[in-house]
Amino acid sequence: MSINQAVIETHGLTSAEYRRLLDILGREPTITELGIFSVMWSEHCSYKSSRLHLRRLPTEGPRVVQGPGENAGAVDIGDGLIAVFKIESHNHPSFIEPYQGAATGIGGIIRDIFTMGARPIALLNSLRFGELGDSRTGATTRRVVDGVVDGIAGYGNSIGIPTVGGEVAFESSYSGNPLVNVFCLGVAHAERLAKGLASGEGNPVYYVGAKTGRDGIHGATMASAEFDEHSGDNRPAVQVGDPFMEKLLLEACLEVMQTDALVGIQDMGAAGLTCSTCEMGARGNSGIEIDVSLVPQREAGMTPYEIMLSESQERMLLVAKKGREAEVEQIFAKWDLHAVRIGRVTGDGVLRVREGGKVMAEIPNRELADGAPLYSRPIKRPEGLDDLRRLDLAKLSPPVNLTEAWLTLLAAPVIASKRWVYRQYDHMVRTNTVIRPGCGASVVRVKGTDSALALSVDGNGRYCYLDPREGGRLAVAEAARNVACAGALPIGATNCLNFGNPERPETMWQFSEAVDGIAEACRTLEIPITGGNVSLYNETDGQSIYPTPVLGVVGLIKDATRALAGVFPEEGLEIVLLGDPSGALDGSEYLKTAHGSVQGCPAPVDLDRERALQSLLVEAASNRLLRSAHDCAEGGFAVALAECCIEGEGGGASVELPSTVGPHDGFGLVRLLFGEAPTRVLVSVPATERPRLLEMADAVSLPALVVGKTGGERIRIAVDGDVVADVRLEEAGNSWVTGFTRHFESVPWEQ
Amino acid sequence: MKFAIIEFPGSNCDHDAYHAVRHVLGQQADFIWHKDTDLRGADTVVLPGGFSYGDYLRTGAIASFSPVMDKVREFAAAGGPVIGICNGFQILLEAGLLDGALLRNRRLKFLCQDVHVRVEATDTPFTASAELGQVLKLPIAHREGNYHVVPERLADLEANRQVIFRYCDSAGLTSDSVNPNGSVGSIAGICNLRRNVVGLMPHPERACESLLGSDDGRVVFESAVAALVA
Repeated sequence: MSINQAVIETHGLTSAEYRRLLDILGREPTITELGIFSVMWSEHCSYKSSRLHLRRLPTEGPRVVQGPGENAGAVDIGDGLIAVFKIESHNHPSFIEPYQGAATGIGGIIRDIFTMGARPIALLNSLRFGELGDSRTGATTRRVVDGVVDGIAGYGNSIGIPTVGGEVAFESSYSGNPLVNVFCLGVAHAERLAKGLASGEGNPVYYVGAKTGRDGIHGATMASAEFDEHSGDNRPAVQVGDPFMEKLLLEACLEVMQTDALVGIQDMGAAGLTCSTCEMGARGNSGIEIDVSLVPQREAGMTPYEIMLSESQERMLLVAKKGREAEVEQIFAKWDLHAVRIGRVTGDGVLRVREGGKVMAEIPNRELADGAPLYSRPIKRPEGLDDLRRLDLAKLSPPVNLTEAWLTLLAAPVIASKRWVYRQYDHMVRTNTVIRPGCGASVVRVKGTDSALALSVDGNGRYCYLDPREGGRLAVAEAARNVACAGALPIGATNCLNFGNPERPETMWQFSEAVDGIAEACRTLEIPITGGNVSLYNETDGQSIYPTPVLGVVGLIKDATRALAGVFPEEGLEIVLLGDPSGALDGSEYLKTAHGSVQGCPAPVDLDRERALQSLLVEAASNRLLRSAHDCAEGGFAVALAECCIEGEGGGASVELPSTVGPHDGFGLVRLLFGEAPTRVLVSVPATERPRLLEMADAVSLPALVVGKTGGERIRIAVDGDVVADVRLEEAGNSWVTGFTRHFESVPWEQ
Repeated sequence: MKFAIIEFPGSNCDHDAYHAVRHVLGQQADFIWHKDTDLRGADTVVLPGGFSYGDYLRTGAIASFSPVMDKVREFAAAGGPVIGICNGFQILLEAGLLDGALLRNRRLKFLCQDVHVRVEATDTPFTASAELGQVLKLPIAHREGNYHVVPERLADLEANRQVIFRYCDSAGLTSDSVNPNGSVGSIAGICNLRRNVVGLMPHPERACESLLGSDDGRVVFESAVAALVA
């Protein structure tokens, strides 16, 4: 095929990018070379629009063992161990083919973790869809939700890595572009950390795992474009997952890593064989020469172009030490896998692709991997943002019955129990799950040590839409707070930045602002970002998603038995609200659910106070002062209180709040009950420990209000002596348990 | 006391079973690869849960043909205690060591949650240390756990007291609403006629430490240890 303008365009390269390619090669590319450049320089692989901004994120800290740039980040967790973790998006494939899109997202993130020499021990996910009940798009959304959940379950359950938690949210902006962000955590011995590099001239390069087919060709390019009505035509670009194959690969690779016969290893994810060969070569300052005719193939007649660009799943590339081939091959044979030697490491820094005797591509590795174009895209604050940020409550009427408003909120899909989702995930396999999914952070113990890790993934697209910088700060603060509520010290984070089309200046403004917000919060809270993923072009038919950064935070608990649950464990405990009693209605779930409005300025987070609160929680948990801790998030105080009762063993609760001074707009009680603000946590504490807790709070000037007690069959909230909301525990439970599930099946709440 | 934990390609509760018997109970344990034909002097054989061969055919169907299964059959025929958990139960059914079949859960979805089961017989090597009627809180995690057997065979199972565990509520009462997967007779686990081979869908190995929410499952493995000593 000759390379003409049309061919270049279908490969997604601009004319400036093509000129740069010509400079690097000093000649016209072959079609194989053009394909290789097009995937490596796609937005998905090269981060060409986002890299400039990402440099502003703090990536260093005393515990960081591996920062961004490798397959996953790693932090020191003591006992000679490291936690290896990363979050990734699989948004585009999951819309086109929900089951396989989500399943292969899980497969990809797991490979990123075991590639580093870590045993994967937990998965989480952050999912966003359109509105379940929307008359126009609801049916499609429900089908996508069902498929995505099924795909995550199908892959994770089979491979035997527990899906221990996550979040699911609904906004109409995601109806044509759902977000599927998946997080994986692994644990490795610090000295066994493996890297994705090729070095040592003459060392053999092995291909291991599934055969290569034509599936997924140009998947990375697809993930770098918007959707339109023809997106269904892209179905062949979505791959099919085989968790059984990956289970064999996982066990075999971890077994090979126990030997010292390995030089480097990398999975073939986005851009398949192309990305793994050139990145491994570039990291090791080496060249790699492979013969594609040796690559195991599922279909006949595949061209070098197709073999290099295929994104078939469950494949790994590894470089072994010369002379140790038999050892490596024997381990793979045990697992009925073929390790095929497809090439060798060279000293010339060139990626050379042969088909038998014929050279099909010859590209300098470093320029290909690291020389991708870097764009400083124009930035513009969106017009109309000021109007959006002005909330005029005078036009709205406060609810007549606060109890009813409370029950409605509890049944809002974003707040309601996600039991229907997480019961489809095996969240207990590997017998480490100390705190299960359902409320706040999840906790897994680290076998062979006394410690445990708390994990949380959080984001709030609505806050970011109204104020991307504050939204970024809030996302970091919330994920870290959830981890601290489990009694864990936040020690590292990974982020998944989901945004619209970067060629729109408004999108890039949102992106830049959000990155600054995340950077600021991570600095103050001393949580380094060790890696992550950027997903742009999340638009369908010109409608962009809410800007949605999702933060995955990992926290360390030195003594697993001190992990804190999120819900009231027994009757007769005192309930204390740490932080301000009242919240804001701006951007709140109440405002959206009750008035269909997304407006206002979300309450900002005071990062110093946030830090004080989180330190207090960690200290109080390690002293066994607290019995539970629960963040007040969507739905505010009243929703947090109800969740603590419904999911707990402490029965109901009776609390009393003081009225707060605020505007006389009739929404004072609503702000108190359903208002949202960061840095607020509901804890339960035995009466004997209350004075110590209050002292600790006082010492750091953190408001702490003893609001009531657990127990009884009702959840009752009084303000200044008057009962303002009062419901039977069972009724609240019914609303909360069925609010989400009713869209899928009718299930009684007894189980 | 030595447990053999059989590992098939796709087993994923093998490490959990090993951890429970080796590290929690402090017994000896060996992993036995499915291609091995030597149980290495084990006193008790455990077929762990997972997705052997991806469960791409029927659950447990391919694993039942693994070379090690001939040895497991011999071991069982000689009266050796064998327990199949979840996928291990499915394999025992496919291997013909137990009767019946496991169908898709009645709501068709994978289900991971705690359930209660009632101990229906204590004359097996895996329930000998339990009380008759004792209620255990154990997790389930399966999509094909809906036990089925034709009515005549069910009558035989009941008559021979081969039902070992039944789904129930925390007070020990059985009912349709606490039967998580639609199993006939609320059956969660059964044994063979000789009573040395037991299969069950719940995961006792996941309930051996109170840190994880329940240690009710220990009695299953403790029974095996006690049975040998006795």
